[in-house]
Amino acid sequence: MAKDSKVRHGALIAAPWVALVVLWYGIRESGLFNPALVPAPHAVFAKFGELIQGRLPNDMLMSTRRVVTGVLLGITVAVPVGFCLGWYKGLRTFVDPVINFFRALPPIALIPLVIVYFGIGETAKTVILFYASFFAGVIVMYEGIAQVNPIYVKVSRTLGATDMEIFARVIVPLTVPHILTAVRVALGVAWATLVAAELIAAQQGLGAMIQDASAFFQLDTIYVGIICIGSIALLMDMLLRLATRKLVAWQERIA
Amino acid sequence: MNGPRIRFQDVAVDFPTDRGPMRVLDGVSFDVHEGEFVSIIGPSGCGKTTILNIIGGFLNPSSGQVLLDDRPVAGPGPDRGVIFQEYGVFPWLTVRDNIEFGLKLGASRVAPAERDAVVSRYMGLMGLADFADHFPKHLSGGMRQRLAIARAYAVRPEFLLMDEPFGALDAQTRSAMQDLLLEVLQAEKKTVILITHSVDEAIYLSSRIIVVTARPARIRTIIEVPFGYPRADAVHEHPQFTELRTRIRDLVMHEYQAQANQAVRHSE
Repeated sequence: MAKDSKVRHGALIAAPWVALVVLWYGIRESGLFNPALVPAPHAVFAKFGELIQGRLPNDMLMSTRRVVTGVLLGITVAVPVGFCLGWYKGLRTFVDPVINFFRALPPIALIPLVIVYFGIGETAKTVILFYASFFAGVIVMYEGIAQVNPIYVKVSRTLGATDMEIFARVIVPLTVPHILTAVRVALGVAWATLVAAELIAAQQGLGAMIQDASAFFQLDTIYVGIICIGSIALLMDMLLRLATRKLVAWQERIA
Repeated sequence: MNGPRIRFQDVAVDFPTDRGPMRVLDGVSFDVHEGEFVSIIGPSGCGKTTILNIIGGFLNPSSGQVLLDDRPVAGPGPDRGVIFQEYGVFPWLTVRDNIEFGLKLGASRVAPAERDAVVSRYMGLMGLADFADHFPKHLSGGMRQRLAIARAYAVRPEFLLMDEPFGALDAQTRSAMQDLLLEVLQAEKKTVILITHSVDEAIYLSSRIIVVTARPARIRTIIEVPFGYPRADAVHEHPQFTELRTRIRDLVMHEYQAQANQAVRHSE
């Protein structure tokens, strides 16, 4: 029975992916598009095998490193800032509009300015990703902290806790789930922003690979690039969810 | 010490509102002595909780004073355990760690070697031993409240302040919790103040009952409960219990009516 349900679970997970590949073949064979414009899945897979022995590993590594660096920096700043905004309601009244002003600006729109000020090197990419991660993360953090039930602080005081003890033993554990959510949201935004940044100005990275391929009309390479981006982002999200389940098993609802 | 442990002297509290200060507590004076179980009963929203918040150290009176062993209350402290209606058990800690929480704090630090014994004792008393390593999300409402009481007891408070602690529980659980509370108090005596709106609960548990008026809460009357401890469920059937219930219910119903009229006036 247990084995049966495991098999079924696996099948259910695989089903949408299989459906996507079937749809892909279907569109290619349907004649709606010129088959030259829609590379077949097996052709893309073959291209992947070729690229993985060439530039692809380095491109994946560069992109992943940029995303991880940007998200780490962004979240490092977003956690204390978001915490203060969530905790001190007075502060929020004044700072909230400013945060929302910057949050509304798509990071991609800032790329031209960033190139002017920081050039087209790694710094420029880090700055854009920092920006994207920070504003995505700070909102999640402060919304989460603002919803912390004050009863836990009240109870701790009646048990004799000092402010420092309350911070270390009550606030920190209550903050952890919000940090994890902030990282997940920031990762999503960072991947979207990174590829845009690499499309515009980069020699390495998955975005750059896609851009180079488009110049030579190598559609199969473009598909490989897109699938790699999606796969790495999915893998990171799954790892984070796993960490969330381990770290905050106490939560009523787990992502 | 023979003087009162808690003393309210002509206490008034005003809350600021858009239309100026609103008086929620007015001219409240009463004493609570060592080992007493005092219930405060009155219409909901009248300011009963305010009384508890002052003793708990969460709120200062606007005038008058509240003395704890002859000294004005200065902030919350582990000498006064508070049980809230919404339990407030820490969801990120297991049952065991919830009870241990207070023992690790500087204020009532218990040596690590002795903590286990304290935790086990209160898990046992509260019937939680089988759930030691469970998170609160797996506990029922009644068990969460038992955990809250165990956690408060673990730091050995002298007072137990309870704000409608069983209000969110179903009738059977509630009655079981009342018996458990009496039992635990028999094992470890505390001075208790209980806020409730259940007349039966007040009579069954208390040595004295303070009936308060509609807002602003004043003391309507103070009633001695003629039953000693330990008490058993059978006391519910006692003729004096029935008599007392009728009398208090009339008083409380009258105040509920006053509070309702007030609400109508406010909305006009």
